[in-house]
Amino acid sequence: MASPVMITREIDARGSYCPGPLMELIRGLKSALEGEVIAVISSDPGSKTDIPLWVQKSGNELIEIESLDGGAARFIVRKHVRK
Amino acid sequence: MRIQVAILGGGVGGTLIANRLRNLLHGDARHETNITVYDTHGIHTYQPGWLYVPFAEQDPQKLVRSEARLLHHGITLQSGDAGRVQRILPKEKQLLTADGVSHSYDYLVLASGSRNAPEEVPGFAEGADHFYSEEASLSLGEKMAHFTGGRIVTGVASVPYRCPPAPLEYTFMLEADLRDRGLREETEIHYVFPINRPFPIQSVSDFVAPLLEQRNVAVHTFFNVESIDPERKVVASIEGEELPYDLLVLAPPHKGQVVIMESGLGDRDGWIPTDRNTLRVKGYEEANLFAVGDATDLPVSKSGSAAHYQGHIVAETIAAEVQHRPLQHQYHGRVACFLETGHGQATFLWFDYDHPPKPPKPRRLWHLEKAALNTFYWQLIPPARV
Repeated sequence: MASPVMITREIDARGSYCPGPLMELIRGLKSALEGEVIAVISSDPGSKTDIPLWVQKSGNELIEIESLDGGAARFIVRKHVRK
Repeated sequence: MRIQVAILGGGVGGTLIANRLRNLLHGDARHETNITVYDTHGIHTYQPGWLYVPFAEQDPQKLVRSEARLLHHGITLQSGDAGRVQRILPKEKQLLTADGVSHSYDYLVLASGSRNAPEEVPGFAEGADHFYSEEASLSLGEKMAHFTGGRIVTGVASVPYRCPPAPLEYTFMLEADLRDRGLREETEIHYVFPINRPFPIQSVSDFVAPLLEQRNVAVHTFFNVESIDPERKVVASIEGEELPYDLLVLAPPHKGQVVIMESGLGDRDGWIPTDRNTLRVKGYEEANLFAVGDATDLPVSKSGSAAHYQGHIVAETIAAEVQHRPLQHQYHGRVACFLETGHGQATFLWFDYDHPPKPPKPRRLWHLEKAALNTFYWQLIPPARV
């Protein structure tokens, strides 16, 4: 199913053990503009806890987690807007 | 008609590709192919050695060699203004160098590496130290030599950064060094890391975390540095934590090279979108344009090891095309590296896209193997013997 949001950039981090999917997401969000949406694809089962935890702690917004073939998942995250 | 292969960068990847390609070309193909390396400084540096400089365990003069002497006979090195590429025109297959000359090529490999970008974190240049250049590692060594106790904060300022194990290795080595100098009781060590464990790889974190605890290193996870206040000597994270320090040693922020950004070949931070298997630059698949090592946006560590394995694939790809042979190999994410755990021990990490690392327990053997690599790097890697 197509995502209802405009994804600015997608990072395929499948098979990334070092630096790993969460680090790739952090990298992507650092260079993103406020309000932009970044997607990261991970095949690491640990991402299902690591990524939502960091997104919440850093004040960004987890829009959706989509399950993909082969046990991978796409995490769609919007960069927070400073008030 | 002669074939022109241009390689931008004389680091691990660029040097290895030039030499390996030269070795793979035979007969007419060798005679009809010009290989040119463009490198501003013409100096090759073994960067992993900088980790040891602050501990006075490595002479930085021994970490550099003339690039010209590392390249096989028949390979051209352009350095100085002639090696300073100022613009890449991939559609025209041309490079412009600072001496005003335009160079045509048939194949171009971008092995341009990364650069320290301390300006990306407010206060970093004034408030933090690091070991990601010769100058910085010497300066850090001076401060460590005069350190008499207090609070040291180590870790990572921003992602991505070169050599993911290095900040952890530095922390272990620092702890051992302070103990040896009788300063451990007077010193608090705090290690900060961007994610929720002390190292990206879970299996490594699983044995590293108890080691850090045993050595009384306080670990602060989910700590992504937002700013440093050099007046107050406080480092703050985007997650809202603040840590005071007397000495702050962080891997600096990194970016891709300016020429990549100005040529429109990188993303916002200058990393080159690169196919994870073919190592061709995305969007230029038909333009014989490749990227390796730190310069890429690949989800692998920015390390000499990654550049080494990628370099072999690119050299083999170009050699196969030039000699009209079928392509045999693709890159599958292979990286291999050592991780120092202090007290003369280390472990070994080996992995690719399909095989997670299974690091063995730290042993002296791995430390000695890393020391051997540091010594024999010049004979093994740049000449593409392995």
